[in-house]
Amino acid sequence: MTGWEVFLQQLIIGLSNGMIIALIALGYTMVYGIIELINFAHGDLFMLGCFAALTVVSLTGDLPVWLVLLLLLVLTPVFCGGLNWLVDRLAYRHLRDATKLAPLVSAIGVSFVFLNLGLFWGGLPLKVFGFGKAAAAPKDFPTLVSNANLLGNSNVEFTTKDLLVLVITVPLMVGLTLFVKQTRAGKAMRAVAQDRLAAQLMGIDANRVIGQTFLLGGGLAGVASVVAALYNNTIYFQMGYRAGMDAFTAAVLGGIGSLPGAVLGGLCIGLARALSDQYIATRWTNVMVFAILILVLVFRPSGLLGAKHREKV
Amino acid sequence: MLALENIHAGYGPIDVLKGITLRVNEGEIVTVLGANGAGKSTTLMTIAGVNPCRQGMITFAGEPIANLPVHEIVRLGISQVPEGRRIFPRLTIRENLELGAFQRNDDIAGDLERALDLFPILRERTGQLGGTLSGGEQQMLAIARALMARPKLLLLDEPSLGLAPLMVVKIFEIIRAINQQGTTILLVEQNANMALHIAQRGYVLETGRIVLEDSAANLINNEQVRKSYLGG
Ligand SMILES: Nc1ncnc2c1ncn2[C@@H]1O[C@H](COP(=O)(O)OP(=O)(O)OP(=O)(O)O)[C@@H](O)[C@H]1O
Ligand SMILES: [Mg+2]
Repeated sequence: MTGWEVFLQQLIIGLSNGMIIALIALGYTMVYGIIELINFAHGDLFMLGCFAALTVVSLTGDLPVWLVLLLLLVLTPVFCGGLNWLVDRLAYRHLRDATKLAPLVSAIGVSFVFLNLGLFWGGLPLKVFGFGKAAAAPKDFPTLVSNANLLGNSNVEFTTKDLLVLVITVPLMVGLTLFVKQTRAGKAMRAVAQDRLAAQLMGIDANRVIGQTFLLGGGLAGVASVVAALYNNTIYFQMGYRAGMDAFTAAVLGGIGSLPGAVLGGLCIGLARALSDQYIATRWTNVMVFAILILVLVFRPSGLLGAKHREKV
Repeated sequence: MLALENIHAGYGPIDVLKGITLRVNEGEIVTVLGANGAGKSTTLMTIAGVNPCRQGMITFAGEPIANLPVHEIVRLGISQVPEGRRIFPRLTIRENLELGAFQRNDDIAGDLERALDLFPILRERTGQLGGTLSGGEQQMLAIARALMARPKLLLLDEPSLGLAPLMVVKIFEIIRAINQQGTTILLVEQNANMALHIAQRGYVLETGRIVLEDSAANLINNEQVRKSYLGG
């Protein structure tokens, strides 16, 4: 492999991972946009989505692959979206008028609950979890999508998995943009994000709209779970920490509250990780992400796309 | 149409409204006058369901509405143009107007046309963001947005606040026109002179209590009102 080929390869890996980070970052940024809550449990929701996905695979193992993929892409987002909605309904909704610290601390609590739920889940006596002998150990996610190089004999690999990431995430992001811009529910979301009281005075049920935002953001995390599990073929109960950190940094980098910002930020973080893995050292990569987060917070807290008018949600 | 019966409401441990009783009859413009902090906005927000009503009765068209969710009250036909206008700054003017009709599922195209006829300034700018409008234009947008709900009762909170004198005159003309087209209006104002000239009746609110209640004509000539609210 020539130097250029190595670089190109890292770009492909970085962009694929970046799209996954972007999906998680969208959920962060949407929830922040609408209730100014930094949802610390979001990364762990993504982790639970991966466990849900593996469970679905274990229960549908005999079906054709396309059907398993379809079930994964329906059931996992429904699970994650529903769980996110439920947490808002049971916890954050009661704290709407409390100081901002109250929901924030609750989110940290929810994150711990999710983490332990993941540990428990990995200990279930199923074959895919190694019959629960080592709950905390990483679990293999079956290779449903092959690693075949679509570029033929080229040294640079663009695999079926990379294609899968694009085919799932790009339409989803386009769809989300259209939903928020064009639909009645999307307009209600933007209205609640900009001025909740004024939105209520328009006859909008703000709590319901906030619930829908959690549902949608959680659903996106669920899709990210499926894509990440298929792409990386391993899941782990503590994987939500890094995923959450990457996605949070991506959301802040793009300008928290901004949808295009979350996507741009996700791609940047994905690329930064891949290039750091290749040219610096894997062990420094998390440090690089933290460094980006700190630099952005210090020098440009409104992020790349959050300059003048910050478009929330 | 609307009746408040001994309403108590407030923030934290303190009651800001200490027993408000007032009524608005169908077709009227009724004004509530009062100094800063008297509780005018609190009154409107309590009617709208935003502030909890701690004691007393609110009825609208004969039905009790106290402490219903805000969106329910809008659905029943009460819309508010809040203090400070609160248009959506990063939504277009058209989107602002569409959101005004959020509760309706019939055709709103006709009402959109009517709103733009009433406020021609908004017509050429329907694609522009709300935040780019001047204060007076934002007030017009806020009123047009509230009308998009086809309210039976319109609550207006200091619509003249911060506007140039010519704009104030214009806004009051529009309020009168809206009323003549059949919308009942409850108007909170500090500009007592203008308010009493378009209203049929008025109330004077002082530190959470109604201290005066009369026809607008009588209030204009009332010694106390002249001294406190009409500049002598
Ligand atoms: N959100 C709030 N929290 C606590 N106190 C409040 C709040 N809003 C208003 N108040 C207090 O309630 C009292 C009445 O306020 P309100 O806004 O109803 O007055 P107002 O008559 O509308 O005055 P203005 O003419 O200044 O708009 C004031 O003493 C005010 O400080
Ligand atoms: Mg006020």
